[in-house]
Amino acid sequence: MSGNENAASKQSVMDDLYAESAHLHINTGEETIHAKRMGGYWRNIKWLSAATWIIFFIGPYFQWGERQAVLFDIPNRQFHILGVTILPQDFWMLSLTLLFLALLLAVATALAGRVYCGFFCFQTVWTDVFTWLEEKLEGKPAKRRKLDKSSLNLTKVRTKVTKHLIWLVISVLTGISFVAWFYDVFDLWRDLFTLQASTVAYGTIALFTAGTYVLAGYMREQACFWLCPYARIQGVMIDKTTVVPSYDFHRGEPRGRIKKGQSEEERTTGDCIDCKQCIAVCPTGVDIRHGQQEGCIMCALCIDACDEVMVKIDRPKGLIRYESYDSLEANKKPQPLYKRPRVWVYIAIMSLALVGIAYGLTSLAPLELKAIHERQPLFVLQSDGSIQNKYTLKVLNKMTMDIAVTISAKGPEGLVMVDEDLVTTARHGKVTPRTVFIRVPKPLLTAETAPITFTVRGEYDNEMLEGSRESVFIGPKL
Amino acid sequence: MADNNPFPGENNTGHIWDDNLRELSNPPPRWWMIAFWASIIWFIVYGVLYPMWPVGQEPTKGILGWSQMDEYKAGVDEVEAVRAEFETQIKGMTAKEILAAPGLSQYTVASAKVLFGDNCAPCHGGGGQGGPGYPVLVDDDWLYGGTIENIQQTVSMGRKGIMTAHGKILSDTEIEGMANAILAGDPMSDPNFTQKGCIACHGMDGKGMAVLGSANLTDGIYRFGPTESESQLESIKNTIKYGVNDVTDPMTREAVMPAFGGRLSEDDIKKLAVYVHKFGGGQ
Repeated sequence: MSGNENAASKQSVMDDLYAESAHLHINTGEETIHAKRMGGYWRNIKWLSAATWIIFFIGPYFQWGERQAVLFDIPNRQFHILGVTILPQDFWMLSLTLLFLALLLAVATALAGRVYCGFFCFQTVWTDVFTWLEEKLEGKPAKRRKLDKSSLNLTKVRTKVTKHLIWLVISVLTGISFVAWFYDVFDLWRDLFTLQASTVAYGTIALFTAGTYVLAGYMREQACFWLCPYARIQGVMIDKTTVVPSYDFHRGEPRGRIKKGQSEEERTTGDCIDCKQCIAVCPTGVDIRHGQQEGCIMCALCIDACDEVMVKIDRPKGLIRYESYDSLEANKKPQPLYKRPRVWVYIAIMSLALVGIAYGLTSLAPLELKAIHERQPLFVLQSDGSIQNKYTLKVLNKMTMDIAVTISAKGPEGLVMVDEDLVTTARHGKVTPRTVFIRVPKPLLTAETAPITFTVRGEYDNEMLEGSRESVFIGPKL
Repeated sequence: MADNNPFPGENNTGHIWDDNLRELSNPPPRWWMIAFWASIIWFIVYGVLYPMWPVGQEPTKGILGWSQMDEYKAGVDEVEAVRAEFETQIKGMTAKEILAAPGLSQYTVASAKVLFGDNCAPCHGGGGQGGPGYPVLVDDDWLYGGTIENIQQTVSMGRKGIMTAHGKILSDTEIEGMANAILAGDPMSDPNFTQKGCIACHGMDGKGMAVLGSANLTDGIYRFGPTESESQLESIKNTIKYGVNDVTDPMTREAVMPAFGGRLSEDDIKKLAVYVHKFGGGQ
């Protein structure tokens, strides 16, 4: 008796497992996703957001005064952003910028899911453009599938070759545009046509061409599935209050096809008519009705598809809509923003980063001084009884012209700087080193180490520039 | 096994554990296979282009003719080309002229660091700070003079100062008195300084003579500083008692600066002289 019961319960566990595994379909790329393209509200938003990438292509052509408006001049280690020139010494601002962008990603994800993935990511945008071209040249998805299966003939070769050529042209332009941010754009075009560009430039263009062609042309959603780390990171930043494209389970289930002759009143099924349009339009080939899943890049195209169907069959829109798990499943009211500490922490860190960048940009010191104390030996006894310390001072001149500078020192009583009047030429955009000897009479030293401040001064454009740096003066044990 | 497979129509190998845990034999993803074959092709192409196969005495050379040694030599040539501009100038100049030219002296300070490290640092320390028994090069107290010419001569010809061992001439008390006077910076306060003939080498004022290489006894800078086993006073006493480089005394201090004239080129010696002068004590 009990043995039979055991077997029965075992069987039911097995049934559950089989049912579960039947759902699992992991897209490993053995089949090309030919997503259907439909118009709609989110489709338009997607084109608008994708249009921000136009800046990537035309940005390098803008000029600021005598030079390119934004130019990351790596050989000269100078980074021009509009009116500002940043040297590697100010690069800490880059980490703040990256922090800001990372947190922007986090805050956007916490609020509305993978907005970046669905609307702004280059992988999404380039794939979108590539598949749009594919549709223009090869036709609708059904036609494309047929073409893929058909045997080789002249028409097939012609359409395929045209498509790949256009893809390649876009890829090459992508590569050139990327390099143009690091290389004067007009020089770049001239050097490319006269075959005089640097190997690094050719290499980078080749790499980006291949990358664009393969990633947007072939890998497509597979890049999101298997390559992209952000996809995984973004997934864990979503919680139950995050508003994401969701299928309204309660409204849609049980799903059922529309039966001929049946009126809306006698309908026993949910609003979902199982037309599978949401799957058809999905660029990553997932079924949103299974709920949130790793393959969903939250591009909202399924919302457009479902809404269009709902309008046709005269049911209210929004069976698939932007909604949080809480309000959908637990029927909770959406959590007000002020009750979501995570969002506020993200915003606080972002603001800190912004403040840091603003501080950095407004306080870019034109003259910077570094003092390196000689360590071998730390101090020297001179024949007049004074203790001498040696320093290597490095003067960084961030202006565009050489500046004649003098260096002075303030520190322990009786301090004498050897060659105090010496004028050094601080070369522009570079670090100029100078050796400095400081002497203090031994009897005047009151401690083993004493603070000392070096100041560099120079005149530039009728303006006195100054920079200083603290160091130590070291003497013998007292 | 295949007959009672509970999961038919599936690519499993027939190995099933715990009812439903089974080993599948799915083909690897296509991108993976492409990468797999691409890496094999890469390996073969690389082997043809670059040195690789260990056949016979020497590995194959590769059709590109590339070698690590050539790349290294090209790198050295590149550096040499940058240096050549300075090096040719240095050839035609005296050490004093190099010192006076700001660009060249800066180049020398930067480039002679290696020369100093290889030849001088073992005794004088990496920064010229000296060591037990070896003179400090960074102060302004010079036994043989601190002008650039003096320094160049010292490096080129070497130095070997001599001080007679006074243990047979002076009693222990006399040595004690003399050492204390020197430690106080005032050797003349001890009448023995004049009477026993110290002034012959160290001068009437006790400040030493650069021609002889005798030490200045008044400035608190000592040729033989204190060590772990002897205090400064002990050290002075021992120097007086046993002398320096005195062959008649087995306990004598050894103090020899070897001549680098035969070991280093004239240009290298000039550079070293400038480098040492620039330590801060040059005159």
